[in-house]
Amino acid sequence: MVSAVRSSDARRAAAAVLDPELRVLTIDDLGVLRDVTEDPATGRVTVTITPTYTGCPAMDVIRADIRAALTAAGHADAEVVTVYAPAWSTDWISEAGRAKLAAAGIAPPGPAGPAAGRPVPLTLTVRCPHCGAADTEQVSRFGSTACKSLWRCRACREPFDHLRAF
Amino acid sequence: MEYLLGLGDDALVAAQRLGEWVTVAPELEEDVALANIALDQLGAARLLLGYAGELEGAGRDEDALAYLRSDREYRNCLLVELPNGDFATTMAKLLLLSAYQLPLYAALSVGADERLAAIAGKARKEVAYHLDHASLWTVRLGDGTEESHRRMQAAVDELWPYTVELFAADPAAPVDPAGLRSAFLANVEPVLETATLDRPADGWGPDGGRAGLHTEHLSYLLAEMQVLHRAHPGARW
Repeated sequence: MVSAVRSSDARRAAAAVLDPELRVLTIDDLGVLRDVTEDPATGRVTVTITPTYTGCPAMDVIRADIRAALTAAGHADAEVVTVYAPAWSTDWISEAGRAKLAAAGIAPPGPAGPAAGRPVPLTLTVRCPHCGAADTEQVSRFGSTACKSLWRCRACREPFDHLRAF
Repeated sequence: MEYLLGLGDDALVAAQRLGEWVTVAPELEEDVALANIALDQLGAARLLLGYAGELEGAGRDEDALAYLRSDREYRNCLLVELPNGDFATTMAKLLLLSAYQLPLYAALSVGADERLAAIAGKARKEVAYHLDHASLWTVRLGDGTEESHRRMQAAVDELWPYTVELFAADPAAPVDPAGLRSAFLANVEPVLETATLDRPADGWGPDGGRAGLHTEHLSYLLAEMQVLHRAHPGARW
């Protein structure tokens, strides 16, 4: 591989791409964007991303959106590389991202625990993103996308999505 | 390559079976859950089959391997190809599969093959949630009504022999399958106990899946899965 340098304007363009299923978050907020480099000799940009879930159907859209954003920023020669290790974790969602999620009515994830070894799972309390109450209940362990579960607030009665710790 | 096909085919066939529940699951939440689990399995299958195709070096990609192999060329275990049966059977299958995949992926995630380790490390996190889900349902049904208990016990009894194949010796495996059995049992036995279900006795189990000798159920599954691709080669949405 030729030596590549971090590219700040290409990174800005790629980092502004929105997640197609959580339209309030950028792929940078989400931790999906891992690296952006530019080959100084050819100007070719390489963007490295990682999927949230292996079967995430949004990945193709994200790749296309990154290429479109880079082309618009003057980097037509761009390649998007997908890596799987280290595996994505909700711990990578930025503080700004968590605030945006809560503002959009999606309860942000708590810390991701150890992945294995619990025969009977524990669910920690999730605060209602609408009224802040801790008196909430899980309605469904899976939600509208692979990364969410569905909850209901007993205090304000509103249903809400929760991005589950992963 | 054969070993990767086994891993990938387990995930692919499990995904296809789970997908059959879409729109007909007992409740809407479960419809969404089974579809999401199927999607996780499909995601792992795509990565594993894609890698298997690259190792083979004959120009076959994930689609060629998924859509253009016949039943005799599939390397999945028999457990995943069995019909869904009732909801208890589906949950028992998911419990046994995820309880096996979890220690398997955990072992592969620290293995020498970096590419496989990356895929396994990712899939492992997802499978842990599948195991949680299947465990909750097994307890709910096993420790539920008389009828749900009867069905859950029947499902576990019927499927238990199919787990023998999962731990059979495989010279191509980077992880000794027999060594995974204690972790598998540690995942399953406490759940069965909490669910007030009897853990079936060990004994003979049907096998042959890893060698391409399948039940007829796989042929029907593949026929449905492959028909469009075979009828319209190279078609794009």
